[in-house]
Amino acid sequence: MQISGHSAKILVVDDEPNIVIALEYLLQREGYEVQKAYNGQQALDCMENWTPDIVVLDVMMPGMNGFEVARRLREIPALELTKIIFLTAKGTQRDKESGYASGAEYYMIKPFDNDVFISTVNEIMAYG
Amino acid sequence: MADDRSSQLIILFLVFVVLLNAPILQIFDRKELWFGMPALYFYLFFIWLVLIVVVGLIVRKKRK
Amino acid sequence: MSLSLVIGCSLAYISLLFLIAWWVDKRAERGVSVVNNPYVYALSLAVYCTAWTFFGSVGRATTGGLSFLGVYLGPTLLAPLWYMMLRKIILISKNQRITSIADFISSRYGKSTTLGVIVTLIAVLGIVPYISIQLKAVTFGINTLTHFKSGAAPAPTSFWLDSGFWVTVAMASFTGVFGTRKLDPNERHEGLVAAVAFESIVKLITFSAVGLFVTFGIYNGFGDLFTQATLREDTAKMLTFESSGITPFSWNVLVMLSLFAIILLPRQFHISVVENTSPRHIPKAMWVFPLYLLLINIFVLPIALAGKMIFDAGIHPDTYVLSLPLEKGAAWLALAAFIGGFSAATSMIVVEATALSIMFSNHILVPLLIRMRSIGRNHLVNGAARLLDIRRISILLMLFLAYLYQKSVGSTYDLVSVGLISFTAAAQLAPVVIGGLYWKRATHQGAVAGLIVGFIVWAFCLPLPSMAQAGIISNSFVNEGLFHISFLKPYALFGVTGIDPITHAAFWSLLFNAWTYAIVSVNTQPTMLSLTQADLFVNIHKYISGHEYDILKREAKIGDLKAVLNRYLGETRTLALLSDYQVYNKVVLDDHQTAQADLVSFVETSLAGAIGAASARVVIDSVAKEDPISLDEVMRILDQTREAVQHSRIMEEKNEELKTLTLQLTEANVQLKQLDRLKADFITTVTHELRTPVTSIKALSKIILDDYARLDEERRTAYLQIIVNESDRISRLINQVLDIEKLRSEEPVQQMEQLELTEIVLHAVDGVQQLLTERNIKCTITPTNLSLPVNGNRDKLIQVVVNLLSNALKFCNQQEGRIDIHLKQKDRFVFLGIRDNGPGIPAQARQLIFEQFTQLHSKEQGKPHGTGLGLYITKKIVEQHHGSIRVESEPGHGALFEIILPLSNDEPLDRV
Repeated sequence: MQISGHSAKILVVDDEPNIVIALEYLLQREGYEVQKAYNGQQALDCMENWTPDIVVLDVMMPGMNGFEVARRLREIPALELTKIIFLTAKGTQRDKESGYASGAEYYMIKPFDNDVFISTVNEIMAYG
Repeated sequence: MADDRSSQLIILFLVFVVLLNAPILQIFDRKELWFGMPALYFYLFFIWLVLIVVVGLIVRKKRK
Repeated sequence: MSLSLVIGCSLAYISLLFLIAWWVDKRAERGVSVVNNPYVYALSLAVYCTAWTFFGSVGRATTGGLSFLGVYLGPTLLAPLWYMMLRKIILISKNQRITSIADFISSRYGKSTTLGVIVTLIAVLGIVPYISIQLKAVTFGINTLTHFKSGAAPAPTSFWLDSGFWVTVAMASFTGVFGTRKLDPNERHEGLVAAVAFESIVKLITFSAVGLFVTFGIYNGFGDLFTQATLREDTAKMLTFESSGITPFSWNVLVMLSLFAIILLPRQFHISVVENTSPRHIPKAMWVFPLYLLLINIFVLPIALAGKMIFDAGIHPDTYVLSLPLEKGAAWLALAAFIGGFSAATSMIVVEATALSIMFSNHILVPLLIRMRSIGRNHLVNGAARLLDIRRISILLMLFLAYLYQKSVGSTYDLVSVGLISFTAAAQLAPVVIGGLYWKRATHQGAVAGLIVGFIVWAFCLPLPSMAQAGIISNSFVNEGLFHISFLKPYALFGVTGIDPITHAAFWSLLFNAWTYAIVSVNTQPTMLSLTQADLFVNIHKYISGHEYDILKREAKIGDLKAVLNRYLGETRTLALLSDYQVYNKVVLDDHQTAQADLVSFVETSLAGAIGAASARVVIDSVAKEDPISLDEVMRILDQTREAVQHSRIMEEKNEELKTLTLQLTEANVQLKQLDRLKADFITTVTHELRTPVTSIKALSKIILDDYARLDEERRTAYLQIIVNESDRISRLINQVLDIEKLRSEEPVQQMEQLELTEIVLHAVDGVQQLLTERNIKCTITPTNLSLPVNGNRDKLIQVVVNLLSNALKFCNQQEGRIDIHLKQKDRFVFLGIRDNGPGIPAQARQLIFEQFTQLHSKEQGKPHGTGLGLYITKKIVEQHHGSIRVESEPGHGALFEIILPLSNDEPLDRV
């Protein structure tokens, strides 16, 4: 069920290398171009000269947490169109609200379902 | 001990009541001079002084 | 010598007394007690030595030889018993706020008004003549100084030319000022006491100066004087009892009378009991006061002998102290001696008038006025002022009576005779006081009957005949007996003759008094109040735990105090506090007893530590009541707000209680909330930590499941390996969470045994050997042959070492890993150090690594595969073994974790 024709760019940010491995595989299988970052600072550095369409962001990370990364990302004019998906183990209603407040479009809770995750990404790419 | 001291003082009182009253006093009621003083005068003041000293010693003793 | 000089000196002296008393009172107001001193106490007791001693003893010696000494040997003999008796009286009096001997007797027999009146009447009638002879002595002294050998002084034509009148006025004003300055419920007058003590010094110095002048100035010492005396018939007679006509019986009675007088005379009771600042002064006074008496009596006989040998009958022997220096040209010494005698008289008058006025106003005037409703119920302030006025009026009345007595009757008797009449009156109180102290069965009726009978016999045998002789009443009963019954002659009752009137009266009156008291007592039933008072008086030591007392006396039931302490401090602390108190004060506290001021203060202080001083006061006041004050009957009528105050105290207490409870609840709530938040945080963290590996496992296993065919062999294996690792991570986490729950419950380590630390370390290293080999890490242990016995649980200690080793493994240098383990013993502790050669730990992280869920991250690798609980658990286990753990690290140069455990059989170690 590979859908080709996508050249969209996606940045995966998580401090758990194994989760990054899984996400990278899933996105590459859909034909997306994937970059990886293991903490917030790395992610921001990465986006200085590479504009992703989507950022998949973990919340609880050492140093800068995901909410902070999202807020800073939203301050960068070049990344105006970049969509943010939070993918986190923090699942309370309050956490969700903080996530949307920091500028994210989607909020998914770990552990996630591979198909749901991929169709969400595809939908974003198809309809914006 | 406080009780010891009380007993000592009571005994002291009884002894000196006898010493300073008749008939013991009459033993010293003599017409002679002791150390240049009338016998009775000397006796009374001497016993008096002894009583003061003994009381002083008893109450001076430090309580344990 | 001119009258103006004598008057001038006297006035100057009185001014000095005013100054001393004023200064001391001033200091007392500022809280500095000058008279709270055993020597001042002993000296003030010497108010016993009046003008009688100063002038009269010499006169007495010329007729009665050494018999004058009996008056001073009685008090000396009683002194040893002060230790028990005076102390007991003082404790009772402070406890009951007793203000006079009348108050004491009335309190003992059920707070009887009748007894108060009777004792006051006996005291006033018995003592006023005594005051009058002081006035007489001063007048006598002035006349001697101004008219020595120039004929008798002319009788004053009107009272304002009479020096006795002016002495009365001066004394009345001094007493009025310092005896009634304020309405002190304790009736203590520090200024007065200080002045009296000062006068005692003046008395002793001036009298001794005259004595020395006579013995060593006029004669060549005692030997010369006494030898010359033996050569004259009239003076030789004075040297023995037999020749001076003193019977052994009258000597013994005299000693007994004076023995009673030292405590029962109103002024003596006032000074030794009411004005007493602390029972601690008693032991010193027991020998200092007799010593004073001895010193002031040494020269009495020499002066009397000298006067007799030098003067003819024209000079009154009572004036020898003044006339001998005058005769020998030492006018200044005579003047000084007069001031000494003046001191003796004034101190007696002032104290006696104060004591009598307290009795007279409290037991006669005030009850009378209350009955006449002359003291308004609603005038608390006015009431107090009016009471002071009543006191002042009483003083004036006493002194005026004394002046009248001196004018009418007093002149016919010499000083000592009148004094002895007073002694005999005071002695009437002896049976009821002594019985009251030691005989619980004594009743109010017995006391009333005994006192009345004793007083009647005394009056019949002494003052009535003297009044008859003065021509005031018919003389017939003296010679023929009452109603012409020959058995009832006042100087020869029941036909007993050959005894001097004083001894005669003393014997019969005391005999009748004591017997009536005893017989009526055993035949009557005491009232309830009289019974409780009797128990309090006889067993005062039961009621008083300390030997000190506060000015503000409060007492409370011990049970109530305990309840209060329990409420605020809890049962355990209350028990501990009270048992400390009992051990320290050597008392046993019984719930049903009354706690005295010091225990009340102790409890209050203890409480103050818990709820603050002000609240403690309120709480204690709600259970403690203040002693009824001396004028309690009056005050109770005057103070109607008391009940309201009491009520509001209870309200305040309840309020305080509620506040405390609320505070405690709030605190407990805050604690609970904090615990709750910690728990929630823990659960959130654990959930997150569990979700993370589950996420990887779920995503990767789904990939393998969906894309099994498309995945190459290598990827499949890699993904499966990750799944296995993450599953391990989950089970590790679960185990550690369980460990933490166990550690949290803080149960002591199970199965402690003596272990060899070296062996534990070797075992643990063995367990990770495979990992070491895989990663090519070099591990050293030095030394391996040291015996390091520790107490502990084997599995737990192995877990500790394994945890630390895993930690070291994780952070070791990837290429050339190195782990060095050091073992050593120092003092009573063993040290285990594990050093790696990893990146080290930044300073700010070193504080945190032992907390839950703290992990170190490296930039390249992200999160390490730990749970963040390992070091926390390690630290907890070490602490359970009474040990401590610390870390040392310099970034870039590895880290050293060191565990310190106590050697086996050693004391626990505080954290390093």
